[in-house]
Amino acid sequence: MSKGARGVDEGGGASQVPPVVDCADAVHQLYDYLDGELTEERRKAIALHLDLCGSCGEAAEFEQELRMVIANCCRDRVPESLKARIADALHLEAARQAGAAGDRDPAAP
Amino acid sequence: MADQARFTEQAMEYMPALYSAALRMTRNPADAEDLVQETYLKAYRGFGGFSEGTNLKAWLYRILTNTYINAYRASKRRPEIADVDDVEDLYLYRRLASVPGGDPGRSAEDLVLERFTDDDVKAALESLPDAFRIAVLLADVEGFSYKEIAEITDVPIGTVMSRIHRGRRALQKALHEFGEARGLVVTSPGPAE
Repeated sequence: MSKGARGVDEGGGASQVPPVVDCADAVHQLYDYLDGELTEERRKAIALHLDLCGSCGEAAEFEQELRMVIANCCRDRVPESLKARIADALHLEAARQAGAAGDRDPAAP
Repeated sequence: MADQARFTEQAMEYMPALYSAALRMTRNPADAEDLVQETYLKAYRGFGGFSEGTNLKAWLYRILTNTYINAYRASKRRPEIADVDDVEDLYLYRRLASVPGGDPGRSAEDLVLERFTDDDVKAALESLPDAFRIAVLLADVEGFSYKEIAEITDVPIGTVMSRIHRGRRALQKALHEFGEARGLVVTSPGPAE
């Protein structure tokens, strides 16, 4: 997925200094960053930019909060009737399987 | 090999999450209940093939997603591939931040929570086409990684990323439209650059 190479990597030249991230880079990779899907080096570089740049930092905070709003709105309560239905269905299936196994091999548990 | 007798103690705890996902997928409680029941029945039957110690939750979601796609979507003859509009990055943030009279001292969370109800968010999510809705659901609500979502939905990881990113932006646009329709968000010409 992410190779991190942008064509300026002069093979072997280990990057001591974090690559410079501008606002466009930060916004472009914001989702990957928030999702924890970047390499450690890239994550640090984006994090640094978000710390230093007020408007990108705020945008990142907003995206993070929005995601929590989405997650929290989608916690529906399971109807008791559904729990009961599923328990019944699984019991029935277990009995059916036990019956089928019993037919084949009476010694089976 | 997983012991079928242990299925109940291991799998039942995921029912609330699966039911919520099923509601967002099917968009109605009756279908969601049928979908979850079918998922549990299939999982029970197939539990012998599940390797214990691997990700049970992801395995259950895979069954849920496949069952939905194969049965419910097919029955409604929805187009296989529906697309979403191309929406720019930070769509909602830029519009909310440019609302006149917005208090810059308020946190971003207040800004969003104040304006949108749970029903707005659910409706916005449910307005997305299947592939995008499922990807956003798995990422944002359930917190699955891109790799897990690729495995659950059986598509390459690059496609997963594209669906999540574009789906989120389309969701923001839908939310903004709900906000405008309800007068919660002042119509603005666009981001204040």
